[in-house]
Amino acid sequence: MENVISLNDIVVSFDGETVLNNINLDIKDKEFVTLLGPSGCGKTTTLRIIGGFIQPDSGEVIFENKNITKLPPYRRNVNTVFQKYALFPHLNVFENVAFGLRVRKLPEKEINKAVAEMLELVNLKGFEERNVQNLSGGQQQRVAIARALVNKPKVLLLDEPLGALDLKLRKEMQTELKRIQQSLEITFIYVTHDQEEALTMSDTVVVMKDGSIQQIGRPVDIYNEPQNAFVADFIGESNIIDGIMLKDRLVAICGHEFECVDSGFDEKQPVDVVIRPEDITLTANADEKIHGVVRSVTFKGVHYEMVVDSSDFSWLVHSTKAPEVGSEVGILFGPDDIHIMNKMKG
Amino acid sequence: MKKLSKLYVSLVLLFLYVPIFVMIVFSFNTTKSRSVLSGFTLEWYAKLFENELILKSLGNTIIIAVCASIISTLLGTLAAIGISRMGKFGKATVLGINNIPIINPEIVTGVSLMLLFVFFKARMSMEFGFTTLLIAHITFDVPYVVLNVMPKFRQMTPHIYEAAQDLGCGPFKSFIKVVLPEIMPGIISGFLMAFTFSLDDFVISYFTSGPTSQTLPITIYSMTRRKVSPEINALSTIIFVVVVIVLVVKNIMERRSLNVKKYADDDSAEIIE
Repeated sequence: MENVISLNDIVVSFDGETVLNNINLDIKDKEFVTLLGPSGCGKTTTLRIIGGFIQPDSGEVIFENKNITKLPPYRRNVNTVFQKYALFPHLNVFENVAFGLRVRKLPEKEINKAVAEMLELVNLKGFEERNVQNLSGGQQQRVAIARALVNKPKVLLLDEPLGALDLKLRKEMQTELKRIQQSLEITFIYVTHDQEEALTMSDTVVVMKDGSIQQIGRPVDIYNEPQNAFVADFIGESNIIDGIMLKDRLVAICGHEFECVDSGFDEKQPVDVVIRPEDITLTANADEKIHGVVRSVTFKGVHYEMVVDSSDFSWLVHSTKAPEVGSEVGILFGPDDIHIMNKMKG
Repeated sequence: MKKLSKLYVSLVLLFLYVPIFVMIVFSFNTTKSRSVLSGFTLEWYAKLFENELILKSLGNTIIIAVCASIISTLLGTLAAIGISRMGKFGKATVLGINNIPIINPEIVTGVSLMLLFVFFKARMSMEFGFTTLLIAHITFDVPYVVLNVMPKFRQMTPHIYEAAQDLGCGPFKSFIKVVLPEIMPGIISGFLMAFTFSLDDFVISYFTSGPTSQTLPITIYSMTRRKVSPEINALSTIIFVVVVIVLVVKNIMERRSLNVKKYADDDSAEIIE
């Protein structure tokens, strides 16, 4: 598949503060890409650079093999769904969606047809004459999506579009967005700080932190093979323990040796060891290498979340069975459950 | 306590409106007496419309008010656009400076403008008249327009200017198509405010008008210096009624745009819940 957008060595700073530090990103055609990271990581800035609302200090934006770095937003074949929808309050639903087509001076007949199709796609048939200010958040969201998509952009940019919706509606819209993306076969670039949203919808997830890309990969890979402790912690919950690599496939954690599957580290190299809470098994046998006392048990619906204090670490454990608070338990995990990572700089 | 506060409010209102009420009543009085009511007549209103001096200055006043409010609405709106794009510090500074002419005593503004015009009169054969009066009115109108338009930028739906560009409009077209409709209520109320201020300004006009460009307030003032004719009561009544109508229209319009905003806010509050 061909790259539809490439960002090459993008650097942006505001008031002397670096916001994006050397961003390199290739986005393939028809891909659903999510930029994921905590607030202030530069994900929205990256999106705005693709949209043309911010000029990078250096680096270039390539769109279908053409350099569009200097092109203003109104000359780019991308459209944006803005964070708070940014619908035009003085226009009704129909006119909001028709806006881009009117600017391009399409004949009335074509406009009517295209808008009707779009409203059908986002399930807003019959809302044409409604005032956008009297719509619910989810409906406004759909209008914003229709308004962008009616222009048949090559790429749709979405800036935390579901942020203002409640949980249930957000889940619905996630499925809906994915359906729209697949039926129209266009590239979606989606910005969110919600890791679950990112994992659910994306083909590719780009994890960002402090203006740099931490990891790019499929959701499964990002979850199972996080490249560093930050990614591991941000994508789902994790136990991150200091460890020392003794040799290939052998690591020391909490003073005990454990077999693992990672290799290629230096001998005696300090590393971050990541173990997912759901990969830990608790046993009644308190004679295991690592054992501790159950400090708390919280019911989370599908599973219980427990904190187990061992002599030098507090373990987060997810399990469908919960021991008594205060009981002594053994902590078990297998070689496959241990993920070894280079220590993060800084 | 509640009764007391009602009484207090009625007293205040009474104090404010009794003089105007008396004036209106006496504008229909048959004699020139200002203490005895002797019958109903529209004679003074009829006479008023035969008085050429009054009609001419009424014409002047309206022309000045229309010109000054249109020009200052344009200038003030452009200024507000610029100010809204400024940084925090710049915005505070410019808005502070904008407020000075409003707080500044009119007499100071009036005298200083007069001195400025005298300075130019000596150098460039500039006469006191329509132009000087117009400049003076624009000067005191602009800050009110800025004050009325500025809040609209703050209340504006975020990112709509960018959204229009995203959908293919150039910067100027984006402004006309989506920003202007949003700030229009502010522009209109700024215009109406400028218009009413121009209409009844006396102090500044007194210092900056020439013999050919007397406005109504100045004419009334010079008429009262000779003898107070009931024509003036009639004239003041008409002005009062016009101003009340303008204010009511302005308030209704503001209420309407507020209601629309309120619905929108209620809606988004629900969503967040």
